[in-house]
Amino acid sequence: MTFLSKISARTGLAAALLAGSVMTASAFTACQVTDVGGIDDASFNQTAWKGVQDAMAAHDEVEGRFLESQAETDYDSNLNSLIQAGCDVIITVGFLMGDATKSAAESNPDQKFSIVDFAYDPTIPNVLGQVYATDQGAFLAGYLAAGMSETGVLGTFGGINIPPVTAFMDGFVHGVNYYNSEKGTDVQVLGWNPESREGLFTGNFDSLDDGRAFAQNLYDEGADIVMPVAGPVGLGSATLAAEIGTDELKIIGVDADQTQTDPENADVYLTSVLKRMDSTVTQVIEMAMEGSFEGGLIVGTLENEGVGLAGYGAFEDSVPDELRAEIEAVKAGIIDGSIEVGM
Amino acid sequence: MTERDDLKGVNERMRALLARTTHGRDDFEDLVIVPLFAVVVALICGALIMLATAVDLPTIGRSFVALAVGSVGSLSAWSETLTSAIPLVLAGLGLGLGFRAGLFNIGAEGQLLMGGLAAVMAGFALEGLPMVIHLPLTLLIGASVGAAYAAIAGILKATTGAHEVISTIMLNLISFELLNWLLRQPWVQREGRSDPISKSVPDTAALPKLLDFIDPNLRLHAGLFVMLVAVFIVWWLLFRSKLGFAFRASGENPSAANYAGMRAPLIIVLAMATAGALAGLAGANQITGVLGRASPGFSAGIGFDAIAVALLGRSHPVGILFAGILFGGLEAGGRQMQVDAGVSIDLISIIQALIIVFIAAPLLVRAIFPWGFRRPRNGKKGGAA
Repeated sequence: MTFLSKISARTGLAAALLAGSVMTASAFTACQVTDVGGIDDASFNQTAWKGVQDAMAAHDEVEGRFLESQAETDYDSNLNSLIQAGCDVIITVGFLMGDATKSAAESNPDQKFSIVDFAYDPTIPNVLGQVYATDQGAFLAGYLAAGMSETGVLGTFGGINIPPVTAFMDGFVHGVNYYNSEKGTDVQVLGWNPESREGLFTGNFDSLDDGRAFAQNLYDEGADIVMPVAGPVGLGSATLAAEIGTDELKIIGVDADQTQTDPENADVYLTSVLKRMDSTVTQVIEMAMEGSFEGGLIVGTLENEGVGLAGYGAFEDSVPDELRAEIEAVKAGIIDGSIEVGM
Repeated sequence: MTERDDLKGVNERMRALLARTTHGRDDFEDLVIVPLFAVVVALICGALIMLATAVDLPTIGRSFVALAVGSVGSLSAWSETLTSAIPLVLAGLGLGLGFRAGLFNIGAEGQLLMGGLAAVMAGFALEGLPMVIHLPLTLLIGASVGAAYAAIAGILKATTGAHEVISTIMLNLISFELLNWLLRQPWVQREGRSDPISKSVPDTAALPKLLDFIDPNLRLHAGLFVMLVAVFIVWWLLFRSKLGFAFRASGENPSAANYAGMRAPLIIVLAMATAGALAGLAGANQITGVLGRASPGFSAGIGFDAIAVALLGRSHPVGILFAGILFGGLEAGGRQMQVDAGVSIDLISIIQALIIVFIAAPLLVRAIFPWGFRRPRNGKKGGAA
């Protein structure tokens, strides 16, 4: 079946009307709906979009399109627009899009969907979920931060209290606790309590001002390393760190290697907890191209390098060799199962 | 001869007098031509902005084609345009009514949130009722709560003189936080979720989809009829009822209205409450027709966009209907623009803002487009706008 006939069979009248304006010579269209925060958020959405770009670079026939969500209420309409545009695979980015993706997938059973950060139970035959064991990566970051802190106080805050965000915060706290139990220290983490599931949340994924204010509050409480888990909100925290100096405040990036995505303030990032959405997104596109796509789940872990730690950036020389070695050991321990992240 | 000239002079003066009392051509210019040109100028400025941000000409062309196709170019485009227009028109009607009564209500966003929140609660709390009762009741509860919430600002103004701009802005902020708090309460929050999201509205309280027999992706819902009925009711209320006359009179000249025996405080509260009811209905309509549940920020700025819609529609119900459809079309077309041409959807917000700038400056529009407007005669009509 040719691509065109597939499209018109799928969406009927509307696609036929649109076909003239939308269709180009490309043989494969990969579309992405970003979450609020924008495609250039230097973190979450941008990393997922990089996956499409990588696929475009690797395969000439792939064409990528995206649609930014400006509010949570846009999800349905954005999905609709892309369904009408005749995409071969639609990738939705973000846990909050779970409901919208599900209903779109159910009313369009022939359209391939993939969602970042959401796992359906039971699985939907035309949706492939991409989830990440980010608590493993954040565990390492917590261990590192505990080893680097001078004040013995660390901070973290999130965007919204949802599992993909709190997974980072859980891992971070557990990593610090592990450091404490190994070294007999008492490094504290402000901003998240894994038991009560409560902590600091900005309530949004787009206010840089909030990022600055929350980091300022944590700094005022003594924190000298802060991990913001809220997409572009963290850029505000990085600006603050750049102003008051990295001796006073360092930032741990999330999702992407933020020394690369936020080059202006590259020297404030101690490291970044990588969530390799780009590699799983590329993988999904390739699966859809080869025809091996089926509904289910891809899980990124430390072991398959779906999550991990970026380099130490500007702190390459100040992280002690001993600590580096310990982190490598902890990483190996998580992979072979001898260290349990959730303890 | 001279008698005739006199007569002619008298006739002319009579005509001038009549022209001052009846709104004819001037009204038409203000109501139709200025908004129309404002839209055109804003679109041209949008193209210039794209040029300035290094978008090449073919892409600009493609983006405007996509804007047109995505807003009116297919059945699905119309469905999306109208779906976006419905809450804008409903909330805009309320705001326009407030403007007519001299109340600058900035609180539609909060009233919309409260109305929607009430509707979602009524939706899941009254589960089991038959649809003929459940759906109207849900919408009614949404409208009533919106009215009550707006009436707070009205009462504050009527009794203490607190300015409605300030109090409605503050009420907006309160409603945002109230929503965030309520969405975390166990009797509102959906089971098994730790993020703030409400339970779903059952089907008996959902506005039925109108076109899903053609294609399940068409989202247009029965709120369309709610909107049209509301346009008619507001028109009747404003221009055919005693209450509407009182609204308009106190808006045009509060002291005159007062001396004519209209009770200003009561009118302020009633006007605010009516405006709030319409905004609340817009929220209830979003919940029961589109979203099916409440989440933080589900109002998505509709209450603020509706201010623009009311201004563009010149606070006239029919004008607001068209302005709302235009804004709905811009939103739907803007998505298509991003998909097809890769031009940022933010450009749509810029175009919307520019439209308002030009609407707010009718003299500027008249200066840019001297044709299309009647020339001021003998300098008498200069500045009539």
